[in-house]
Amino acid sequence: MDNTRRKFLKIAGAAALAGIGAPALVKLNSTAAFASSEPAAGHGSAAGGHGEVVAATGVRLGMVVDMRKFAETPEMLDAAIAACYKVHNIPHFPDRKNEIKWIWKAPYANVFPEQEVLHKSEMAKSKPFAVLCNHCDNPSCVKACPTKATFVQPENGIVAMDFHRCIGCRFCMAACPYGARSFNWQDPRPFITSYNPDFPTRMRGVVEKCNFCGERLALGLEPACVEACQGSGAMVFGDLNDPDSEIRKVLDKEFTIQRNPAAGTRPSVYYIV
Amino acid sequence: MIEKVLKGKSTYWTWLAVLGTFIAIGAICYIRQYKFGLGLTGMSRDVSWGLYISQFTFLVGVAAGGLMLVLPYYVHDYKAFGRITILGEFLAISALIMCLMFIMADLGQPLRGLNVIFFATPHSMLFWDMCVLWGYLILNCLCGWVILTAERKQVHPPKWIYIFVYISIPFAVSIHTVTAMLYCGLPGRHFWLSAIIAPRFLASAFAAGPSLIVLACLVMRRFANFDAGKEAIQKLTTIIMYAAIINTFFFLLEFFVGYYSEMPGHIHSLEYLFFGLEHDGHVYNNLVPFMWTATAFSFTGLGILFYMKIAKVFDYRLVGIAAALIFFSLWADKGLGFVFGGFVPNPLNEVMEYIPTANEIGITLGIWATGFFILTLLYKIAVGVEHEIEA
Repeated sequence: MDNTRRKFLKIAGAAALAGIGAPALVKLNSTAAFASSEPAAGHGSAAGGHGEVVAATGVRLGMVVDMRKFAETPEMLDAAIAACYKVHNIPHFPDRKNEIKWIWKAPYANVFPEQEVLHKSEMAKSKPFAVLCNHCDNPSCVKACPTKATFVQPENGIVAMDFHRCIGCRFCMAACPYGARSFNWQDPRPFITSYNPDFPTRMRGVVEKCNFCGERLALGLEPACVEACQGSGAMVFGDLNDPDSEIRKVLDKEFTIQRNPAAGTRPSVYYIV
Repeated sequence: MIEKVLKGKSTYWTWLAVLGTFIAIGAICYIRQYKFGLGLTGMSRDVSWGLYISQFTFLVGVAAGGLMLVLPYYVHDYKAFGRITILGEFLAISALIMCLMFIMADLGQPLRGLNVIFFATPHSMLFWDMCVLWGYLILNCLCGWVILTAERKQVHPPKWIYIFVYISIPFAVSIHTVTAMLYCGLPGRHFWLSAIIAPRFLASAFAAGPSLIVLACLVMRRFANFDAGKEAIQKLTTIIMYAAIINTFFFLLEFFVGYYSEMPGHIHSLEYLFFGLEHDGHVYNNLVPFMWTATAFSFTGLGILFYMKIAKVFDYRLVGIAAALIFFSLWADKGLGFVFGGFVPNPLNEVMEYIPTANEIGITLGIWATGFFILTLLYKIAVGVEHEIEA
């Protein structure tokens, strides 16, 4: 990583700590990251020995979902989902077969089937959990894609999609251990309720999923779902590789779990249950 | 040689007409799908691969099954297969064409298919599958045609062709191994995440391919005055028997691993396929009848083959019944259960069943009919050459 960027990240981190919060946090992965001439060494270069989980270098965006906050104000999760659907022109299909989902609600038992226990807390029993793409550090969807239509952005670790390159083979859907991907079985455009001209609609025959709002980050905005949570801390977003970032402070303090860690994909989304 | 497809008896033309009808229906269904999208199929977000990919998987096995003729004849100089080895090579050609058609039918954006070459991605198993499938197709076209031409001229085939014949042997193994790797390398799908998938695929392929060849031989014996020879058919039934036994053994090992370890992920798909999976008060079991029919067919077919070996009897009808039963059972196992079962339950432990639509079945039958159409033409040429030599 070049020096200016390192310095910038530090400033951004300090700003976040000082309570300026969101704007600074967002900046760190927009201009600075994209302007970097040297791509982060990042993924794959993480030399983990014997099952060790080693953090990659460079910016790696991640999220903490604090279910305690969502349990307090459940409508916030609905707002977050609605914001995402609006921003990304996600169609509303009436039937489950055609569903397109970027972020959605599911019970604990479905989000963490490998960590299902007999005697669950009240929250795990009754509250809906937020489910979205994990933006894995070692994504099996990227490995499976035969055209590199889905790929890890070296600047920030986002697992992105190129809708124009995707051939619609759906190998990534079979490969994703989290069921995070959706396919446009038919033309989605007639099913978009409110159209946002700032984000492309998709054509039929391609796969899509959460993109961590890469397009908003580039404009210095927070992800739509995070913004909808209005600084409540229900969704904390930032650079997992920056020890001074807000997200790392949360991760250092709280015990978190991840979805199906046994799959070895090293997810970037953490849950406080 | 190609002119031989233009002359035939009325049964030949009727058969081609029947296949042609299915091809036409399939083409119409495909045009509908092409215009609307894959929403015309029964596939969903949860079961994202359906009949097309499952038929593709099964047919890769049928193509690889031709190896069971090529290997004994060319490597072990087993003369009894002299007349039918070409049938194995031609079966591989038509099966591979079906495979490629099924893949194209399954693509959401078929016109972008060449992206797999433009943006070649060696870490994707699909890229390698494309390489080996095309490689095996070209090898079989080359070897089949050159050797048949030499046979027609009643000269020895040129020496250089044997290099390609020998290369085609590991290629046959590789097409089905790489196809297995499409599945067994995915971390989130317990039913597929098993090192026995590739060996099981091969065992099932080495039974399914020869079964189809035996059936074809019996049909041609009846209608085309082509006798493969009793010894060749007998040897093929032995091969089918052992391959089917090994396949069953591998499958039972999956049962042991699942039900003895009692790890939920290892049981769920088997439970769904054979007993029905209970989920939220509803039992999902639409594949159960297929799987048990396949099991019954498999054991009956094997029983008939055992009987013929032990009692030292040989009857073409029994051979035909056994081959048909085994072929169907392997089709239901790999051409239905393996792919659909792997998606149940989904990674969020939810169950969504897959039921193919009429349009999808139309396309599937159309592609099968295309394959059999090509197979018929190729076999017509092979048999025509045989007759020409005899005359």
